[in-house]
Amino acid sequence: MAVLNYIQAITKALKEEMERDEKVFILGEDVGPRGGVFRATDGLYEQFGEARVLDTPLAESAIAGVGIGAAMYGMKPVAEMQFADFILPAVNQIMSEAARIRYRSNNDWDCPITIRAPYGGGVHGGLYHSQSIEAIFANQPGLKIVMPSSPYDVKGLLKASIRDQDPVLFLEHKRAYRLLKEEVPEEDYTIPIGKAAVKREGSDVTVITYGLCVHFAKQAAEKLEQEGISTEILDLRTVYPLDQEAIIKAASKTGKVLLVTEDNKEGSIIGEVAAIISEHCLFDLDAPIKRLGAPEVPAMPFASKLEKEMLMNSDKIETAIRDLAEF
Amino acid sequence: MDNVQVSNEQHLAMYEEMLLARRIDERMWLLNRAGSIPFVVSGQGQEVMQVAASFALDKEVDYILPYYRDLAVVLHFGMTTRDIFLMAYGKAEDPNSGGRQMPNHFGQKKNRIVTQSSPVTTQVPHAAGIALAAKMEGKSLVSFATMGEGSTNQGDFHEGLNFAGVHKLPAIFMVENNKYAISVPLSKQVACENIADRAIGYGMPGIKVDGNDPVAVYQAVKEARDRALNGDGPTLIEAESYRLTPHSSDDDDMTYRTKEEVDYEKSIDGLLQYRKKLMEEGILTEDKEREMEEKLKQEINEATDYAEKAASPDPKTLQDFVYSEEGF
Repeated sequence: MAVLNYIQAITKALKEEMERDEKVFILGEDVGPRGGVFRATDGLYEQFGEARVLDTPLAESAIAGVGIGAAMYGMKPVAEMQFADFILPAVNQIMSEAARIRYRSNNDWDCPITIRAPYGGGVHGGLYHSQSIEAIFANQPGLKIVMPSSPYDVKGLLKASIRDQDPVLFLEHKRAYRLLKEEVPEEDYTIPIGKAAVKREGSDVTVITYGLCVHFAKQAAEKLEQEGISTEILDLRTVYPLDQEAIIKAASKTGKVLLVTEDNKEGSIIGEVAAIISEHCLFDLDAPIKRLGAPEVPAMPFASKLEKEMLMNSDKIETAIRDLAEF
Repeated sequence: MDNVQVSNEQHLAMYEEMLLARRIDERMWLLNRAGSIPFVVSGQGQEVMQVAASFALDKEVDYILPYYRDLAVVLHFGMTTRDIFLMAYGKAEDPNSGGRQMPNHFGQKKNRIVTQSSPVTTQVPHAAGIALAAKMEGKSLVSFATMGEGSTNQGDFHEGLNFAGVHKLPAIFMVENNKYAISVPLSKQVACENIADRAIGYGMPGIKVDGNDPVAVYQAVKEARDRALNGDGPTLIEAESYRLTPHSSDDDDMTYRTKEEVDYEKSIDGLLQYRKKLMEEGILTEDKEREMEEKLKQEINEATDYAEKAASPDPKTLQDFVYSEEGF
């Protein structure tokens, strides 16, 4: 089994799906000979040619909209937004079109497109190369939002997204691209969309999070274990629609819940997670639900000290878990 | 290119389709004013260009991405009069959306009528995507997207045409210039003289035609289709006409244009001009016309009755088809 980093797992999943199904093709800015600005499509242009690894004009609504048209025709497009921050011109295509095509046509048409976008901070990207954009899309029935936390999950979830019959927004943490490495099986496998995963068993405090924050939560949990605090970690994997059953189970198990996101706290994914727990787990809770997110500033600043101040890290999570354990 | 030949038979067939669209549209207004259906949005004044363009396409293979005034286009591509009334009444059997969307949000996969939404111009990049997919698969077909002139101000118009131009896709974009975007006249929509002039920025031919001249429209679309199938890329066509009705049944057009203007435009209505021409040339006769009108009236009556009595969507289906029920 080879050790792959997060972005190599993306490339691997794309390559395998393109080999498996000739209807799969990639479109986006700089995805061709350049292999993507982060190198996610490295080598694919050489292997599959220009027709299936298509460099588009710099126009996000067309990247989404052309992909949607091709998907309605019967192709399986994988559209790349160069940075999640630049997806906003394509919101009308994603929400008004992709997310509603099946419903509005009463199941006559469908739109099996995957839209990949790198999100998140920690790479000195400043306001417009660092944002978390998942909450913008997380109340659009018809759309699925997948946010993997590890190379193994990346491969299985990206394959599942490409094969899915509905539109999937696949959000990749750009700092995870080269930070996270693990063994990824050579063989074909998928991970079901819509299912959360317990990434660590524990009995004192439950942490529910997603994306790169799962990595930070694991670091914090390992440290706290030495102090005798046992942490359960639930990785949402799909942030819309949420896996309510897994959330209720994980929250009820310890009765003390910490919710973590890199996004601004107010209006984020974890607010909905908190609501689910409030509705279903009141009598199982031993402490108020604790949320940990970024402060309410518009987006991440460029200067290192400001960026660091805003970002989630394992220390912040560790402190919050300890506080909850002692509650 | 030489003028195309249109046979007498084709002229009659085209005229009959235009007339069907007009008579359906008129019935819709009656039903709306009688309180039977909640909403009407019309194509009156645009039937000539819609039918002529449709005749230049291949309804067995081409994909159409119509906008909400394109009743005549979808009828040509296989939607039935009954389907149209089921849509107007929002009934379960409506093939467009099963009563989910407002009327005239057309879509029917079996006839390659691509589902549409209300935000305008989103279909333009879709048309490029369908043309791209067809090209990738080596299929001999075109995508045909229509829109109003107001839509040409949207970003998706620019992004979609540019993409189609860059990749030389087999697509045809036809702007049905009816002079108004609800109340805003053409002069306040665009600063250029012709919508067709915009084509130069996308590296494709821009053709302006009189939308009330069926042969001119037919020829423009036919040439565009030939070009597309030849690998020579997309075409922008501007077909000029006039919107004879208010924007919709909820609009009062007397708040922004005069009765004199509308009356004048009605006097030069393309459908009337075409009728006159066919009569003068002896292609259409009083007898043939009477027969045609009777047949259409009966078809519309039957469709209205059927749709009125048809079942409404079951409230239990509200949550159906948000996602695929098959998963992968």
